[in-house]
Amino acid sequence: MDKKLETIVQALQENFSTTFEEFRGEVHVFVKAENIVDALILLRDKYDFELLSALTATDYWPQQSPRFHVIYQLTSLVKNLSVQLRVPLNGDQPKIPTATRVYEIANWRERELLDMFGIEPEGHPDPRRILMPDGTEGHPLRRDFPLGYEEPQFTFNLEEIDLQKPYAKE
Amino acid sequence: MAQIEEVSIDQFKHLVSERALTGETMLLNMGPQHPSTHGVLRVLLELDGETVVNAIPDIGYLHTGIEKNMEAKTYLKAEVMSDRLDYMNTTGNNLVYCMAVEKLVDLDVPERAISIRVILTELQRIASHLVWLAAFGLDLAAMSVFLYCFREREMIMDILELCSGQRMMTTYIRPGGLWRDVPVEFETAVRDFIKMFPKRIDEYEALMTKNPLFLDRLLGIGILDAATALQNGVTGPMLRASGVNWDLRKARPYIGYDQYDFNVPVRTEGDTYARYIVRVEEMRESLKIVEQALNRLPLGPVRSDNRKFVPPPRSEIGVSMEALIHHFKLWTEGFPAPNASVYCAVESPRGELGVLLEGDGSAKPRRVHWRTPSFDNLSVLPKIVKGHLVADLVAILASVDIVLGDIDR
Repeated sequence: MDKKLETIVQALQENFSTTFEEFRGEVHVFVKAENIVDALILLRDKYDFELLSALTATDYWPQQSPRFHVIYQLTSLVKNLSVQLRVPLNGDQPKIPTATRVYEIANWRERELLDMFGIEPEGHPDPRRILMPDGTEGHPLRRDFPLGYEEPQFTFNLEEIDLQKPYAKE
Repeated sequence: MAQIEEVSIDQFKHLVSERALTGETMLLNMGPQHPSTHGVLRVLLELDGETVVNAIPDIGYLHTGIEKNMEAKTYLKAEVMSDRLDYMNTTGNNLVYCMAVEKLVDLDVPERAISIRVILTELQRIASHLVWLAAFGLDLAAMSVFLYCFREREMIMDILELCSGQRMMTTYIRPGGLWRDVPVEFETAVRDFIKMFPKRIDEYEALMTKNPLFLDRLLGIGILDAATALQNGVTGPMLRASGVNWDLRKARPYIGYDQYDFNVPVRTEGDTYARYIVRVEEMRESLKIVEQALNRLPLGPVRSDNRKFVPPPRSEIGVSMEALIHHFKLWTEGFPAPNASVYCAVESPRGELGVLLEGDGSAKPRRVHWRTPSFDNLSVLPKIVKGHLVADLVAILASVDIVLGDIDR
């Protein structure tokens, strides 16, 4: 691990008792959900991580605890460093405190989390779906959401399927 | 007949000013079917006369579920979906995806393949900027620039077609190298382009850079300061036009960018004009890289000979049993990748294009996330259009350089 990164990981460890993993030179730090906002503030203000490069999640279904990892990929332009924070969340009603106060881009990225994974950003100023239409059922990027296809209509089941079809009606 | 639902203002209540609720300002839809939104972007505008009070971008009209689809395919088959993301930067998307796969399974790439990757991605960057310049000109009513830019872009498309057989959806860069070596005509085609193109950039600049009508429309419009840009995850030419010298090609050189001599254009004004200048300069710099890479193009293989991940050449399949087995295995089952996660980022024409690739030990990825620059760059739009006219909104939107396939994924 890079020397500069080592001090940062240590600081996170001391403040929030985090653990970390290393793979191919990348450092993934595991943070608890209640500490994530403080950890982001610490990294932004003290260690110059000005850019939240990515905010997303991974679903480990059928595993339930933790089912999700919320991933924060941070970049420091001044120090030319990257670090990834991961927040494990359980499958029942996943919630994460919003990071919009720390990075404004978290606004759209957390709306995407809500839309795609059903992970609720607590205290978000604008919690609407971002990509899917309003009224969509389920969260498409969850592993238990089927990669669905449209059911073909034949003469014998035309009306039956027409009833279930939400779109493309004349 | 389809039912037309009446949309109430309630869901946007917290995003518009109080004046909209009393009816003093007007809410107006711009898009999704609007020529200056570069695809299917809907912007809900709150207007006071012709002045924009608030703008609320509404995305998702081009959502194709690429991330979800990639999870259902093997690593090789999933690559064809990456072309469809940012359809102006197809080789760049292939490149970052292949780099992520190579990082995940620890695969080496031969020198010649790396050099050709550089040439193709830089040509693609020029092509992308040309399309941007064309659309930018068109939005500002400069029709001839549009036609000139597409003429030159077609030459790049021809080079890509020469290599891969496809103009746009190339899938030419593969994990471990390239699909196949470039044909013999490749070098002359690229040299012709290098010889011709600097004069053409001068032509565009003669038409636009000092044109008073053009300057009137652009100077001081849509100013974005560096702090706001970073807060909103803005990267690429937009960030560099706001005075932050951050280019992943320089900061974290991948595919040997540290061996090339090129500059990173930076402007400090942060307005629409600065973004225009940065992109035009970037085309010249990309051309320099292409020329250097072509001059020192090494000979040798273009694919890794690690048969567990890279299919053997066609000539071997007829004579070697192992080659046939490897080929069959790779195209039916694919190769397994470790249960781990990597993040890989490159500088696309629009900014930091990253891919987060997570394997689960099988031949299919568990998670592919695309950190697409247009998404973050667009999110800053409401902040930079406030107080400008609707006509300026068109110029600002054009200067952001969004690709809807890149935003909606």
